[in-house]
This record gives sequence, structure tokens and C-alpha cells, in this order.
Amino acid sequence: MTAFLTVQEAVSRYVGDGDAIYLAGFTHLIPFAFGHEIIRQRRRHLTLCRATPDLVYDQMIAAGVADTLVFSYAGNPGVGLLQAFRRAVEHGELALEEYTHFELVARLAAGAADLPFWPLRSLDSDLSARRPRPRVKSPFGPEEVAVVPALRPDVTLVHAHCADEMGNIYAWGLLGEVREAALAARRVLVSVEEVRPGDGLRAERDHLLLPAFRVESVSVAPWGAHPSYVHGVYDRDTAAYTEWDRISRDAGATSEWLDAFVHGVPDRAGYLSLLQPERLRALKEAAEHGA
Amino acid sequence: MERDRRGEMAIAAARLLRDGERVLVGVGLPNLAANIARRVHAPNLVLVYESGVIDARPTRPPLSIGDPDLVRTSLAVVPILDLFSQYLQPGWIDVGLLGGAQVDRRGNLNSTVIGSYDHPTVRLAGSGGAADIASFAKRTVVLLPQSLERFPARIDFVTSPGHPLGLRRERGPDAVVTDLGVFDFDADGEMRLAATYEGVSAEDVQVRCGWRLRVARDLGVVPSPTPAELDALRSLGGQGRA
Repeated sequence: MTAFLTVQEAVSRYVGDGDAIYLAGFTHLIPFAFGHEIIRQRRRHLTLCRATPDLVYDQMIAAGVADTLVFSYAGNPGVGLLQAFRRAVEHGELALEEYTHFELVARLAAGAADLPFWPLRSLDSDLSARRPRPRVKSPFGPEEVAVVPALRPDVTLVHAHCADEMGNIYAWGLLGEVREAALAARRVLVSVEEVRPGDGLRAERDHLLLPAFRVESVSVAPWGAHPSYVHGVYDRDTAAYTEWDRISRDAGATSEWLDAFVHGVPDRAGYLSLLQPERLRALKEAAEHGA
Repeated sequence: MERDRRGEMAIAAARLLRDGERVLVGVGLPNLAANIARRVHAPNLVLVYESGVIDARPTRPPLSIGDPDLVRTSLAVVPILDLFSQYLQPGWIDVGLLGGAQVDRRGNLNSTVIGSYDHPTVRLAGSGGAADIASFAKRTVVLLPQSLERFPARIDFVTSPGHPLGLRRERGPDAVVTDLGVFDFDADGEMRLAATYEGVSAEDVQVRCGWRLRVARDLGVVPSPTPAELDALRSLGGQGRA
């Protein structure tokens, strides 16, 4: 039975120190509400897994929750580099397990399918030379292919458009690696913009992201993906990505931001109260009118 | 007037894209190049983004490869696993447009670190899909400004493989476009200066290249941008002068 919990309760109950966690969402549906709550509850020694660490992991790395990062592209999309990540790596404070996008999603596919590895044909490079990427011989012919090991996060955290009252999860738009990341995990925690009563969502079967039986808990968190976006609900807050580039260049300014926007508020509603209403309104209008 | 080097590079790269091709695009210069091509000479170019977006027709320069505008104007959005395993790996992408911090004479690209991997001077973003695109696209076009730092004899890290020593592989780098000229690759997989912009000599290029450059016997001049190309560049937010 899927539990309906607050974001605080879900993190407190299911995310432990030292866990390997995956905050899913490729540029879209990034679970910032969960990320901030993990910072607020001061989890430590996490292994953070994510194809594109994005701002959410830059903030979590800056807050000191992580020992290890498993990833494939650590940039600030459309802006440049992730500054807190850079500082941590250049100071030797963060262990890296680095892949290509294809390798990382292939690792999730193996985890989701309960297979030990996944075969692929990407060529060797200095990246593949830094970790085991053995080749296996096809039992059906003379070919050899490289393999990457399954990735099975302890917990995958997802943000989606909505859930029904049973805890079935629905999403629209760009899904990236969300489904594979969720199905590869032992436990899946989901936050949603809203819960819809009744059976109406059953007609949206093409947009079922996860069935309730794979979902441990559902938390209602409007704007839970800000400053990333929820397709058709609110647009990406690109100004926030540029602002983070400026703030995160300075370690002091970064902690001040975390103190104000994460530790200084009790929850997502508190975070939203710090943002200008016009700013949020403009993001909503852009999503609705396709500006 | 100051040269619009970015604009020149985007236009030179756009000319390398043929109508009807499926091209894997990133943000920034690659996106500018692909959209110039689509507006000027390749209306049926299919723009694919590694976020899973297929056949986008963006109305403005996207700010990320998952920009809502790309999704809204796309034919379809597929899971990343499908894009890499079922579209890219089997060879359904004709051209990959790639950037990077460093390139060498074999077209190997570094987008991972400056300095050593374990003790980097500058830690960059990493591969993303670049190494996969370099592996599987039928050909790749590399865009980066030219300097000794960016064209060293030995790059600090091979993120995306080019051509192996002495051999041109079937897929892989086909052209490099810089702010000084356009390079192709010889039959043995070695980068070769094919053309320079007006007023740029092969010597100008050599002083910003860390190895002894191979120069085409019939070294060409990159033709000046046409009015149509400049219009397209302007409408896409470029400076529109060259």
C-alpha cells in the first residue's frame, strides 16, 4: 500500500546516512523539494547518482551531504560549469564514478531489469579506462561487446505531475531516464504537483509513469521541481540557473543561500514564500501559453 | 569592424549539414549552426537532442537540451535509453555536432579535465553523450575556437574518441570548424587544414596549433556569408555580421 506522507516524513523514514540515492529527471521534473529536505535533515555520506547533477546536486554537494558522485554530465545547462561540484573535486573532497550518458542509463536499465550488466558498443576512451568496462563474447557469434554493471540505488526520488488516490503516478513531456531510475531502485519516493481524486486518470494510461505497487510513498509538493520545470504547469526558471552560477562561485555566498532558502524555511511552502509572486506567475503563464 | 567569429563559425558549420540529414545537436554554437542550416539550405534537417527530443523546430535559441520550447515543437520525445540504444547506436544519426575544451590531430576531444584527472586544474562537465555520439554518429563536426591551449600536441584527457593512430575509422570526426578556418580529415585520419577565412593564412593557423599542421595542397577560402545566412543568424540571436 502506497503511503501518503509529507516530504519531511518520507525523507526522514526512507533516506538514511550512507545510502545510494538517485534524484531522477533529465532537465525536467527535477525533485528539488526532496533535495532540499535531504539537506535540511542533514543526511551525510550519501552516494549521489544522477546523469546530470544539475543545480540540485550542486546544492547538495555544497551542503556536505555527499561522499561520492555517480554521474555523466556535471554542467549548469546552458550556463556553464557547476561551481560547488568543481570546488569539491578540485579540492579532492568528492569521489567520482563517471560514465557517458549511454553507459549510465544502460546501468539503470540493467538494474531495472534485474540483470547483472548491460551490453553496449561505445568505443573505449580515457573515461572507460578508469574503471572496469570488460568486454564479453557473444555466445551466438564472433562478436564482442563492452558491458557496464547494473546500478541499483537504495532510493530513487521522483517528481511528477500527479498521482491518483491509490498512488499511481502520471507524467507528461520529457521523461529522460526517470522510469529506468525508479524501476532500478529498491524504494521509490515520489512528490507530485497534485493528487487527483476518482478514476479519471485511468484514461491517461499512456502517461502512467509508475504503478502504485512500485511506489513507497507519495508527497504533495506544488512547485516541487522549481527552478526546473513541469511540462505544461510551470516553465523552467532560467534566471535561477544564471543566478546560481553567480552565487555558487563564492563558498560564503553559497552557504548564505543554503541558510536562507533551505535551512531557513521549514518546507517547500516556506521556500516559495521567499520567491516573488510575479516570478512564479510568469513561469506558469509561459508554460500554459508556450511563450 | 570586429569580426563576428561566433557567427562565422556557425555559418561555416551550417554549410556542412545536408538537407534531410538527422543531426544530433547541443546547445550554443551547434544549435545555432543547425538552425541556420534549417532556415537557409536544409529545410528538412531533423534536429535531435540527447535529451530524447526528435525533430524539434525551436522558435528561440534553447537554453538547455531539455528546454520546454524544444519539447513543445518536437515530433516526439523518447526516453534517453531509447535514443542512445535504438537511434544512435545502430547508426540512425547522420551527424553529431560536438564542442570541447581541447582537440588533437586525430580528432580526439577532451571535455573532462584540464590537468590530471585525480588532481585537476579545472574540472569540466564531462562526457554527457559526447563519447557515445563520437562513437556512433556517421560523422561528427567539431566546433571550437582556435588557440594553442585548445589545440595542444597532447590533450589532457580523451573524453570522445577520434581516429585511431594511422587509421581513419568508418564513423568519427569529419570536420573541425574554428574561428580561423575549417579542417577536414585525411584518408589516414589526420586532421588537415582545408580552408581559412578571408585574410587568415595557414601560418596564422599554425601559430595557434600545437603540432606541425597538415595543410591541403589546394587550401581554400571560406566563402563570405550570404545575405540569407546573415538574416538567419540575426533572427536566431547572433550578431548577423561577418
